[in-house]
Amino acid sequence: MLFFSYFKDLVGQEVTVELKNDLAIRGTLHSVDQYLNIKLENTKVVDQDKYPHMLSVRNCFIRGSVVRYVQLPKDGVDVDLLHDAARREARGG
Amino acid sequence: MSWAGPEEIYLSTSLASYLDRKLLVLLRDGRKLMGTLRSFDQFANAVLEGACERVIVGEQYCDIPLGLYVIRGENVVLIGELDTEREELPPHMIPVSEAEIKRAQKVEREASELRGTMRKRMEFLDFD
Repeated sequence: MLFFSYFKDLVGQEVTVELKNDLAIRGTLHSVDQYLNIKLENTKVVDQDKYPHMLSVRNCFIRGSVVRYVQLPKDGVDVDLLHDAARREARGG
Repeated sequence: MSWAGPEEIYLSTSLASYLDRKLLVLLRDGRKLMGTLRSFDQFANAVLEGACERVIVGEQYCDIPLGLYVIRGENVVLIGELDTEREELPPHMIPVSEAEIKRAQKVEREASELRGTMRKRMEFLDFD
């Protein structure tokens, strides 16, 4: 639940999602759900030449199970807030 | 995908907004399917109508028609909405026949298998 809430607060930010198949996609975080499935808008593929089939894709749905990393802007994160939330989860969970 | 109320639909990560659209579905085995989304569920299982597989080998590509497909969600990597106003593929790509692309795929597969066995041999010999 913690990361679901965390990503909900990040909606509207530009992120880069790196998938387990090494595909990396930059885009605006449109929405997230409890499985951490991600919907990105205005997407642009990193290393576009390697993935010609993705040329006309501008919005996409990414299944949470295939995400390796979600790269965020450095100042897009309030680390202290996250730290407190994690401690609370650890205590309560 | 949680069940969203009417207000939440705008923030929901439901595939509902993709219904009846032409989509690109990437699968875990590297296949690229294209078709119209007719149905989905919470596991991202999907029904694609008029599905075809876009096989790309180097600069060549071919769309192989498949018909009505039910995709098990665990195989889905990504579902992308194709922007009809943009070119789906770079202009330098060459459409070829199914037989031609299957041949190209075989060549590529054999080349990577050869690379794999060569690497295993080198590793066995323990070259630094």
